[in-house]
Amino acid sequence: MSDQHHPSGHDPAVAHHFESADQQYQSAKLGMWVFLATEILLFGGLFVAYSVYRSNHPEIFIFGHRFLDKNLGALNTVVLIWSSFTIAWAVRAAQLKQIRLLKWLLVATMVFAFVFLGVKVGEYSSKWKHGLLWASRYAPHAEEHVGVDHNAAATSNEASREVGSSGKPAVVAASAGSAPESGSSRSTIPLAPEGPAGLAVEGEGSAVGHETSLLEPANARIFFSIYFLMTGLHGIHVLGGIGAMLWLLLCAFRGDFDGGHFTRVDMVALYWHVVDVIWIYLFLLLYLIH
Amino acid sequence: MAEQTEHGAHVASLRLLVVVLIALMFGTWLTVSATYVDLGALNIWIGLAIATGKATLVGLYYMHLRWDKPFNAFVFVSAFAFLALFIGITLMDTAHYQQVIIPAWPAK
Amino acid sequence: METDTLTVAGAVGVDRVDRGSYLTAGGGVRSWLFTLDHKRIGVMYLAAILTSFFLGGIFALLIRTELLTPGQTIMTADTYNKMFTLHGAVMIFLFIIPGIPAALGNFVLPLMLGAKDVALPRLNLTSFWFWMVGAIFALVSIIVGAVDTGWTFYTPYSTTTGTAVISMTLGVFILGFSSIFTGLNFIVTIHKMRPEGMTWFKMPLFLWGLYATAIIQVLATPVLGITLLLLVAERTLGVGIFDPSLGGDPVLYQHFFWFYSHPAVYIMILPAMGIISELVSVFSGKHIFGYRFIAYSSIAIALLSFLVWGHHMFTSGQSGITNMIFSALTFSVAIPSAVKVFNWLATMYKGSIRLAAPMLYVLSFLFLFAIGGLTGLFLGALATDVHLHDTYFVVAHFHYVMFGGTVIAFLGGLHYWWPKMFGRMYSERWAQLSALLIFVGFNLTFFTQFVMGSHGMPRRYYNYLEQFTRLHQASTIGSYVLGLGFFIMAGYLIHSLFRGRPAPANPWGSATLEWETTSPPPSHNFDRELSAGDPYDLDSLRYDPNIGGWVRKNPQSILLAQGGTT
Repeated sequence: MSDQHHPSGHDPAVAHHFESADQQYQSAKLGMWVFLATEILLFGGLFVAYSVYRSNHPEIFIFGHRFLDKNLGALNTVVLIWSSFTIAWAVRAAQLKQIRLLKWLLVATMVFAFVFLGVKVGEYSSKWKHGLLWASRYAPHAEEHVGVDHNAAATSNEASREVGSSGKPAVVAASAGSAPESGSSRSTIPLAPEGPAGLAVEGEGSAVGHETSLLEPANARIFFSIYFLMTGLHGIHVLGGIGAMLWLLLCAFRGDFDGGHFTRVDMVALYWHVVDVIWIYLFLLLYLIH
Repeated sequence: MAEQTEHGAHVASLRLLVVVLIALMFGTWLTVSATYVDLGALNIWIGLAIATGKATLVGLYYMHLRWDKPFNAFVFVSAFAFLALFIGITLMDTAHYQQVIIPAWPAK
Repeated sequence: METDTLTVAGAVGVDRVDRGSYLTAGGGVRSWLFTLDHKRIGVMYLAAILTSFFLGGIFALLIRTELLTPGQTIMTADTYNKMFTLHGAVMIFLFIIPGIPAALGNFVLPLMLGAKDVALPRLNLTSFWFWMVGAIFALVSIIVGAVDTGWTFYTPYSTTTGTAVISMTLGVFILGFSSIFTGLNFIVTIHKMRPEGMTWFKMPLFLWGLYATAIIQVLATPVLGITLLLLVAERTLGVGIFDPSLGGDPVLYQHFFWFYSHPAVYIMILPAMGIISELVSVFSGKHIFGYRFIAYSSIAIALLSFLVWGHHMFTSGQSGITNMIFSALTFSVAIPSAVKVFNWLATMYKGSIRLAAPMLYVLSFLFLFAIGGLTGLFLGALATDVHLHDTYFVVAHFHYVMFGGTVIAFLGGLHYWWPKMFGRMYSERWAQLSALLIFVGFNLTFFTQFVMGSHGMPRRYYNYLEQFTRLHQASTIGSYVLGLGFFIMAGYLIHSLFRGRPAPANPWGSATLEWETTSPPPSHNFDRELSAGDPYDLDSLRYDPNIGGWVRKNPQSILLAQGGTT
């Protein structure tokens, strides 16, 4: 931390308004924990939306999650867990003045973060290709442009849809359950007899090339709104974390940590761990719906 | 194992970090496997419990709460408490008025 | 008469006004805009929020002028919708939420702790810059056509109207971060930077108020953040969360919005109550009564404030059981507020009351806040709220608590700390006149609105029935009296900056630590390390007519013991 003027005997790394290095460190720590509490409440709003829609319209979640690839989600979870490990180790390295190790660990963490984003970009573009976007742009179709326009009055009684296949088999995630029974639907709007082309290949021995029909409930589009909002906000935070780590790397090259002043690394690491923890819940709640 | 910096801050041992990493990977495997077992309504709660276990490990060991002043943990946990309040009451309310807007809603 | 360092300091303070204080240490716009000195940040915030209050006040006067007659008076209906929206948005987000914590709290908090600054000075400056950026977004919105949704931005109108909703909500989003950072800073500062001897229960009650406020700022504001982000996403991307035609739920917006906005009103009142605790003790010449009760009630209010948001939604379609729960909890949150009022009255009882300007504001507060609080009970009861919701009764209620409560207390605090901040005394006579005009003008403006509302006059309405004309006109005249009172206040306060009598270190006879340094303070705040005694031990002070201020009978008592190190 920089200082304006240091009375004699005052450690220059301790800002002028602090009595001691420990007071400065503890203040930074408490400040960061309070900030992390605000992040929980920020994401929390989206978790509220999730809870409300899932509890009142479980059918759209049971339907929608099939288009998320559980394996990619699990991969991303593992990637972020490893990134938490490397950044926790980076804090240790900074504490022990192991600067070369610190730099490598920061790089490793950023690599993991980029892998995470890469996988997400892959997932997002596959959704885009198939029109599985948020509510107003929800227009599911197979690879070729054969979709029916879903943007017209989603709540109209005409909820039945026919997706013309043009040779592309409708691949549907074959999880342990089958298509949701009409009895579980809470809506009086009749279910669609045929759903849009599924995309995820879930689990081993999935039925590739096997045409399966899937019942799409009304307002399934809301699932994708929630999916993009939650993972999108999370992704923005991952980007922010990458930026912070880049800054730490620059500081490391500048020699800022040579004297064992590791507080900055510690603070960024705390932030990054929360990003990881939030993903742990997102993975569970969006990808692993039974 | 109780390494310290010059100013007395606790340094986590590498062994501990690796142990936690393995535990987190195991937890991930467990969560995914659990989805192949049908336990009905219990599934989501088991998943949440495992996720919370993982979060607790990250919090205690990677985020140092185990060796920090307890107030820091209190701050973090209280955020979840308020979130739970928000979710709980909103869920209760929205569930109740579904009856009004959806005719075929099964009466509670 | 013994001369000791602090008496001399009091005398020296006479000279500090023009040299050697934080005001004059380094000039130029850059040194202010990039300062890390909490006192300068506080003063900049003060200028910023007073400007916002002026702007919001102009909107108010325009509204009231339009309402002089039914039908069109000076503007169209569409413009009127924008006027009340902007009045609300500017007053709430630019003035009253930052208000006391940012302008007075930033200045006073470290001084009350005997500290050199807040814990995180750069975060403090960042918070101010965020305020500026948020204000710019809001101004842009106003310039490109403004917003007509009401400050509450309810869906579905806010997601479909053609007005500049996005720039305004983004502005509010940014202002939210300014608020969060201020709260975060105060929590850390109060936890980590209390001086020797100042345990939690030896803190001045203004700090308890700021602490409780900070808890709310930190926990509630992020929810406003996500709510506004969702609104922007709805308008730009069409995510459909609140849009029924896309499967969404518009009442969900209200849950989200009020989860923040109800606790927000306690962000407004808690610091105000903290100020009243300070002022009522000093100007009654008595130790505060029931210190622990007041301290605990601040925390109780902060926590309970999160449990009552649904009382804004009684008629929205919220379920019956939820309505009942929120109504019951709403009654409970009145209790800690009442506890405070009784303690303040008990402080005054058998005290030696000085009717200086700050005390006039205390008395106004007690009267006006009591009315505001009691009328909240009418609104908290389901059966009556059904009739009063969205009428002028609600408008009157919240103006009594926000204006009659927060703004009045803010004015009391402003007059109390003015000498400390600027080293000048203002004209007591003009201040008393202004306080009187504000009290009379306020009641004329808003009491009539209780009457109107209970007779069915709806809020936010441009047009109204003939029967309400007299009451509207009385209300409008009241608003002009209010305007006059504030105009006079601006006059004597600005005049004092140039011609006011130089202020001694402790003009009022308070025992809190900010008075242990000169008026205005040097950049580094204190020349000595201080330890804290009882902040309400007024007997430890005596009046010194030579300097026209108060001094410690035993100056050594608050100095940190020599040879002690931290």
